[in-house]
Amino acid sequence: MASPTPTDTAAHDTSQIPAPEGSITVTVRVLRFNPEFDDEPHWESYDVPALPTDRVLNLLINIKSYVDGTLSFRRSCAHGICGSDAMQINGVNRLACKVLIKDLLAKGNKRTTISVAPIKGLPQMKDLYVDMEPFFEAFKAVKPYLIAYGNEPTHERIQSQADRERFDDTTKCILCACCTTSCPVFWSDGSYFGPAAIVNAHRFIFDSRDEGSEERLDILNDTEGVWRCRTTFNCTDACPRGIQVTKAIQEVKQALLFKRV
Amino acid sequence: MSAESLTLDKPRSPRRPAARRNNFELYSWLFMRLSGLALVVLVLGHLFIMNILDDGVHRINFAFVAGRWASPFWQFWDLAMLWLAQLHGGNGMRTIIEDYARKDTTRFWLKMLLYASIALILAVGTLVIFTFDPNIAG
Ligand code: HEM
Ligand code: SF4
Ligand code: SF4
Ligand code: FES
Repeated sequence: MASPTPTDTAAHDTSQIPAPEGSITVTVRVLRFNPEFDDEPHWESYDVPALPTDRVLNLLINIKSYVDGTLSFRRSCAHGICGSDAMQINGVNRLACKVLIKDLLAKGNKRTTISVAPIKGLPQMKDLYVDMEPFFEAFKAVKPYLIAYGNEPTHERIQSQADRERFDDTTKCILCACCTTSCPVFWSDGSYFGPAAIVNAHRFIFDSRDEGSEERLDILNDTEGVWRCRTTFNCTDACPRGIQVTKAIQEVKQALLFKRV
Repeated sequence: MSAESLTLDKPRSPRRPAARRNNFELYSWLFMRLSGLALVVLVLGHLFIMNILDDGVHRINFAFVAGRWASPFWQFWDLAMLWLAQLHGGNGMRTIIEDYARKDTTRFWLKMLLYASIALILAVGTLVIFTFDPNIAG
């Protein structure tokens, strides 16, 4: 995890941010990086008003709107569904739009400090903005789409409830990369497919309508495939959708081991 | 599949290293678990006999070792422990080197060093178990 450094730059003028009734002041520390000027990332602190019901995303948007328009981060839906705003919040991977300030408040009367850093293991492009291409490359490599051979059916591809249940959990993925960028194997070996790609392969491998299971299992039997996973459960802890990521990976290992889906 | 459909598969994505798909990692994963299970019995049994039973370490001397290795059962026990622990520990170290070595050359030489040490210890250990001469002291 990114560690605090004593080089936090001088205070910013945050007086323009509206402070609604009931708000308190919290310190938001952001690991900032501008490739045009900076050689390396550095921390900057902002003392901002926050309501306990605010999300971390609200504070970041306020900083961007009222203090420094160059602060860069992704966000779209702001409701935990698009998967854009994964970041390290106090050292753990979370969606900024799903973390409430009231859950981060310091005990007693101490000042609350919230550290925000980009997700780890992907190149930092600017501030909280990382290059997601290696992540999506692994996703695409597992063929995350229905593969069916033969003629198009004339009616819907029927599936029993029990068959649907087998991959229900892995359909929930929003490709936020919280899991893959919390994985210690991915940090040290960027070629590892990573939990998100395996989750999305699982979604089709165990789909009774799909006929590409063998292809995908073969892909994940790679040196950089499922066998790299060390069952540390970081990914399961990080997943904002509550997907049992490590379990899904183990099910893929099992399918490979017993040559049975 | 035609080349055309392959390119449409993944437009504009960066390269991933050429696929290395064989069952080596599968078998190595399985071996870690099976040898681990065997080692629970072998190592704990070994520790119990050597350190706890009767007088523990205080009774261990040349004659004690000679007495145990007179039996093919303990010879086999120690041989199995030697080979499984070496291959298990060696394969575990291989994984750690794959994880932490940053440069391909470092990775290569660390692995060569590891394999050499595994081979040496296996060779010396096996040699001792099979050629042990209880009369050397007398
Ligand atoms: C007591 C019985 C043992 C059991 C049940 C056991 C089990 C395991 C298992 C299941 C793994 C694989 C972990 C993974 O892939 O995530 C492993 C890894 C490893 N084992 Fe053992 N083991 C035992 C004894 C030993 C011994 C005696 C040694 C040393 C000679 C050893 C050295 C290692 C190493 C170096 C690793 C790699 C660690 C890593 O991947 O981070 N183990 N062990
Ligand atoms: S369980 Fe596997 S995939 Fe998940 S974080 Fe740990 S090593 Fe990575
Ligand atoms: S499995 Fe969970 S953490 Fe991983 S990309 Fe999908 S939604 Fe995000
Ligand atoms: S902004 Fe869409 S998930 Fe957070």
